[in-house]
Amino acid sequence: MIRVTINGKTESVGAGTIEQLVHDKGLRPEALVVEHNFTIVKQPQWSRIRLSEGDTLELLSFVGGG
Amino acid sequence: MENDPLTIGGHEFTSRLFTGTGKFADDRRIADMLAASGSQLITVALRRIDLGGKSHNILDFIPKTVTLLPNTSGARTAAEAVRIARIAREAGCGPFIKIEVITDTKYLMPDNYETLAATETLAREGFVVLPYVLPDLPLAKRLEDAGAAAVMPLGAPIGSNRGLETAPLIALLIENCRVPVVVDAGIGRPSHAAAAMEMGADAVLVNTAIATAEDPVAMGRAFSLAVEAGRMAYLAKMAEESRTARASSPLTGFLDRIEDIV
Repeated sequence: MIRVTINGKTESVGAGTIEQLVHDKGLRPEALVVEHNFTIVKQPQWSRIRLSEGDTLELLSFVGGG
Repeated sequence: MENDPLTIGGHEFTSRLFTGTGKFADDRRIADMLAASGSQLITVALRRIDLGGKSHNILDFIPKTVTLLPNTSGARTAAEAVRIARIAREAGCGPFIKIEVITDTKYLMPDNYETLAATETLAREGFVVLPYVLPDLPLAKRLEDAGAAAVMPLGAPIGSNRGLETAPLIALLIENCRVPVVVDAGIGRPSHAAAAMEMGADAVLVNTAIATAEDPVAMGRAFSLAVEAGRMAYLAKMAEESRTARASSPLTGFLDRIEDIV
């Protein structure tokens, strides 16, 4: 387990990659925008990005707005 | 209207009604509203997902032919707006960005200074920048110089449906700006939209008034007609106002005066 910050909250995760994390959280990949350590990571790269202790992740999606 | 396109950032729009995706009771109505209104540009927002809830992507409800205008709502500083803009573009939303920097939660007034700073940065990075601002002519000129693709002055506070309370100030922008002026926020009725277009606004952005109408699809169509009528009236150059009456029928008597005959 490593500790990472997801959407501003620090938590322990077992996932080794972004792809695993998205799967473990039960999120719909197509609805998701992922920022890893302040860099956007597009979906094809999710399996290649290894998560490390202290990483920061933002999991975002487009919502209604004016 | 035919042959009267609006060009913003190299993109041509034949509809001068821009719309928003906020506050729909049912997001599945958005595509029907777009079809009924003919709107070709629609705003979206970006938020952290609710890790406990179901993820929901508003983009699923927008036809691919419609241009996306992601906004930077939630940003309280220029730096935050820039970050949101970069994320939206990276996420595949295209080059358009509505800069919305708000610190005041009561009236949701845009912070013109932070908005200018964000515009400078994002225009340099090649974004098509549409800043949402209080109508202030010197600021609008600075935004133009910074590379804004349009300026979007508010008519009244967001979601207030009060119409064109800032009309005299918007008129100054319309008279003096090189870039298109899009009236954003506060437009609550089709007549407000028509009035903005009659003044010479290049477009209007309407979200709440359509999305929260009992029938958002019919209301989208109503706004579309109002925008088209207002634009047509502006191009046709309206007749002058007068304090006294000016007869529209000849003032000569009808035949002869009755007493001359009897």
